[in-house]
Amino acid sequence: MLDDFMVRAALAGVGVAIAAAPLGCFVVWRRMAYMGEATAHASVLGVALSLAFSLPLLPAILASALTMGLAVTLLRGKGFAMDTLLGVIAHTALAAGLVTVALLSDVRLDLNAFLFGDILAVTKGDLATIWIGGALILTVMTLRWSALLVATLNPDLAYASGIDPKREELWLTLAMALAVAVAIKVVGILLIAALLVIPAAGARSLVKTPESMAAFAAVIGSLAALGGLGGAYLADTPAGPSIVCAAAIIFLLTALFGPFIRKD
Amino acid sequence: MPGMYWNTGVTTPLITLKDLTIRVDGRTILENVNASVSEAEIVTIVGPNGSGKSTLLRAMIGAIPPAEGTVHRAPNLRIGYVPQKLALDAALPMTVQRFLGLPRRVPAQEAVQALELAGVPDLRNRQMTKLSGGQFQRVLLARALLEKPQVLLLDEATQGLDQPGAAAFYQRIEQVRRDIGCAVVMVSHDLHVVMAASDRVLCLNGHICCEGSPRTVADAPEYRALFGSGTKGTMALYQHQHSHSHDHDHSHDEAH
Repeated sequence: MLDDFMVRAALAGVGVAIAAAPLGCFVVWRRMAYMGEATAHASVLGVALSLAFSLPLLPAILASALTMGLAVTLLRGKGFAMDTLLGVIAHTALAAGLVTVALLSDVRLDLNAFLFGDILAVTKGDLATIWIGGALILTVMTLRWSALLVATLNPDLAYASGIDPKREELWLTLAMALAVAVAIKVVGILLIAALLVIPAAGARSLVKTPESMAAFAAVIGSLAALGGLGGAYLADTPAGPSIVCAAAIIFLLTALFGPFIRKD
Repeated sequence: MPGMYWNTGVTTPLITLKDLTIRVDGRTILENVNASVSEAEIVTIVGPNGSGKSTLLRAMIGAIPPAEGTVHRAPNLRIGYVPQKLALDAALPMTVQRFLGLPRRVPAQEAVQALELAGVPDLRNRQMTKLSGGQFQRVLLARALLEKPQVLLLDEATQGLDQPGAAAFYQRIEQVRRDIGCAVVMVSHDLHVVMAASDRVLCLNGHICCEGSPRTVADAPEYRALFGSGTKGTMALYQHQHSHSHDHDHSHDEAH
């Protein structure tokens, strides 16, 4: 079954969608979509460095994403406005990565595959990476769920309950770096943040509790992955962007009709 | 003041602040504060805007590290904290029941009990964002009670409530204290309603100006100097609940 590239693509898409769902909810609740962008952009530098120094690709991406996440987390609230800070470091990382790749004249690299994903070329090894990485993300999110919720509601409430909100934030940063590493192959660097934000935003109109929002985000993300793949197959469009478009369509539908379904 | 509890050997303070100095961005907010909270007592912290009241409370829960001095909490101290305000993002769906179960889930029955204790028994299935200001504060109180607190910390918990609402809220606090026997530390600039129920009042203005029983503090020259003559009738007003004119300022936000 895994020998069919469409089956592998579908499994990869659904795996990423499920792993991204609870994390995406926190991205929406904590208004950190920018952070997803920055972490993803930094991974270009990771790709470049891995090529330049013949390092294994996945750890390099993970390390660069994690470094960016930590830098952003630590620098937040230290003088510069967040969007300014990200405008500087995220795009610097992206640009430096692209420059580094260009300097490596002996390497023929299909940068498009990293920027926009290459879900149809997912190998069995990629699939293992995605599902193991996804399981790690889900484990972190499940274990830290309640503490993260309290810290998100109000840091002082967290302190009063013996929870250190800064430590919880680091768990989120770690999960984010993992998500970038596993999602690159599926939607690419430029659209990872979309895969985090759109399903969660689409779930918001349908639900009453944080947990159901995460569950619905997983469903919406999976439907988007399958729908996008199907659409890409039929219309011969790029798969990653097609998945994001499918998610956007679902978001539009739930935003329009969700309030009539849900009763507070 | 170790001698005080050394002799009795029973009432170790729940929270002890020793020579506490707090600086935020290089600015000294609190200086050399010594205070303690013992079991089952009601302590009220009063002071003008910007006097460091909220900061003192946040230092007690460990949200702000001391620049100097120490904050000591009894081991495994259970704290119920009601913040001054809590801005709930509309993006975060949250029923009252789920909110009460953070960070530890509680069965529906316990949630209802806590809501009853807080005076809002019927809100369990409502969305937090759909509550009125008064309901929201009481749900915050209910959540704090579910921590089975040894000490309840209230930071201007009646902000946004009208005067009868605030009076009712404080009566509810007294009731709760009787029921579960926790200590209560309240911050307020709402001088009408807080003082008479207190065992002790700390008058704060960057440092502790004066402290003692409500009567002692109200008569202290330091307190008079801070609050002027308009608050002479503070305690009488608490008991009689009629309005009067006063010259201290209610309108500012106290958050640091």
